[in-house]
Amino acid sequence: MDKTWNNKAWFMVLPVLVLVAFSAVIPLMTVVNYSVQDTFGNNQFFWAGTEWFQEVLESDRFWAALSRNLIFSAIILAIEVPLGIAIALAMPRRGWGVPVCLVLMALPLLIPWNVVGTIWQVFGRVDIGLLGHTLAALGIDYNYVQDPFDAWVTIILMDVWHWTSLVVLLCYAGLVSIPDAYYQAARIDGASAWAVFRFIQLPKMQRVLLIAILLRFMDSFMIYTEPFVVTGGGPGNSTTFLSIDLVKTAIGQFDLGPAAAMSIIYFLIILLLSWIFYTVMTNVGAESRREGSHG
Amino acid sequence: MARIVLDNIAHAYGPAPTGPQDYALKRLDHVWEDGGAYALLGPSGCGKTTLLNIISGLIIPSHGRVHFDGTDVTELPTAARNIAQVFQFPVIYDTMSVANNLAFPLRNRGVAKDEVDKRVREVARMLNLTALLDRKARGLTADLKQKVSLGRGLVRADVNAILFDEPLTVIDPQLKWQLRAQIKALHREFDLTMVYVTHDQTEALSFADKVVVMYDGEVVQMGTPEDLFVRPAHTFVGYFIGSPGMNVLPAEVQGRRAVLPGGHEVALDAFYPNLPQAARMEIGVRPEFVHLSASGAGLPVTVKRVDDIGRMKVARVDLDGRGLNVLAAENAVIDGDKSRIVFEPGHVHLYADGHLVDPQMHEQAGG
Repeated sequence: MDKTWNNKAWFMVLPVLVLVAFSAVIPLMTVVNYSVQDTFGNNQFFWAGTEWFQEVLESDRFWAALSRNLIFSAIILAIEVPLGIAIALAMPRRGWGVPVCLVLMALPLLIPWNVVGTIWQVFGRVDIGLLGHTLAALGIDYNYVQDPFDAWVTIILMDVWHWTSLVVLLCYAGLVSIPDAYYQAARIDGASAWAVFRFIQLPKMQRVLLIAILLRFMDSFMIYTEPFVVTGGGPGNSTTFLSIDLVKTAIGQFDLGPAAAMSIIYFLIILLLSWIFYTVMTNVGAESRREGSHG
Repeated sequence: MARIVLDNIAHAYGPAPTGPQDYALKRLDHVWEDGGAYALLGPSGCGKTTLLNIISGLIIPSHGRVHFDGTDVTELPTAARNIAQVFQFPVIYDTMSVANNLAFPLRNRGVAKDEVDKRVREVARMLNLTALLDRKARGLTADLKQKVSLGRGLVRADVNAILFDEPLTVIDPQLKWQLRAQIKALHREFDLTMVYVTHDQTEALSFADKVVVMYDGEVVQMGTPEDLFVRPAHTFVGYFIGSPGMNVLPAEVQGRRAVLPGGHEVALDAFYPNLPQAARMEIGVRPEFVHLSASGAGLPVTVKRVDDIGRMKVARVDLDGRGLNVLAAENAVIDGDKSRIVFEPGHVHLYADGHLVDPQMHEQAGG
């Protein structure tokens, strides 16, 4: 091979390399840098070793935030996946209702995250919000500013309202790809509605469902904007997720070292969980492809 | 098993049909005898699948009644009709094993477990699937998947009829023969009423005792493969069945002669005294019954092309600007581009507006 030809190729990838360097590699290196040093400002740094990592891993605050994240993700997955499937099943497959439903479903996904937070922040207020005021008028004690449980309910409702559509649209795409003959055969076989769902619709939705679950897990695990706008992490620390805690540490308290260590740990957790999901997904995909290739 | 009667059936998919063009299936009366093997043959879009779905109950016809053994089942849902249907693309339950696929229709009907196991084993034996019972259905080849979906129909002991909707479309050519032979063997052994939809004439003729030819929403002929060949009731049947199809020429009837546009005359077998007025008259004769004449007799033609199709030769000839196909023996010598053709007596049919005119009845057949 001619060497000069190969060297020219580097110019083609150079823009991408520069972009990735400035947007990901250099910031990440800076964070690593901060995480092993201590500073009192004035650009003076002292070597701190693994001290910040130990501090973060030994702090109750970190573990509490992490468990809040896990609980939150588990709850919204447990609600959004079945609800998304149910809505997708109920949507019409043909006729004028299809575009109407699709547009309605896509609407929440088009709203910016901080706007979603603001909508729900106002919606839930006891004095002027439609939801908060109505509940108060009905005699239900609801106040997301003071009651941790109410704050959680509000945030979960908001996330369900915002993101169930994604699951719906993915499942719907899986459902419409099922040929009519399957439903006709099921009618001839005398299958119940449950059997049709269990043996025809669910298997056909399996792959899109895995994608939906992965996306919803990652997004919900990194949630920041909406709860920050609605509750600001309160009342107390009850809705302080890892991301909110991180910002508090870094910008609120200006503890750059611990914040950097925490970022790296947070990053590694997401990386690890996504890798596990990815492995499981590709294994399932490969298995069905392998079985399919006999045919 | 049942005798299936379609009484004055018609179907339009749209809600308010205004004329014949809106009907996927025009008025038809038809009887499927108990234990018969029928092929439903016709081009795409002629209403074959609609007719099949009316029998199985997936569609309720806009007009007419469906009777199984004298019982009116028109409004009865599919599951209650005890019909089995095999679709164009294999429908199997991916996540289940072959055995569970076969057991599925029985379990849905609440059949006892012992009985289910017994039937599944029987059907697996009938279809040579015994070795595959524990395999997941997802990984099977297309022909095995079709067998499994056929098995789901056979497993019900009291099934009224088995309907096939172009079941061999996705099967490899060399396996088509095997699977068709196996279906045929099942028919002979168990005396099942079978209706087999196809647009492939070889498939239809080799499968069925009776072939029903459909064209544009109507049944144009029902008969044995021989009937369809020797006496096509409609020019479409003549054209669709046989390779190459029947030669059709416009003609004017004068007594016992048909006069072709070029002025040449063809002898007819009978008088047709009561021909329908203002109908479009045509004569039809199959390439098998047109012979190149060695002597000087016959109609003068120009030979355009000779194709060797294996055991026979097809000569494409030109008679006064109209093309005809002539079948000749493999060893026939066709030399020169001028020749003469004669039509074999008894095989020249007269058609009025596409329908065969019956010389005995003096009436328009099928009208």
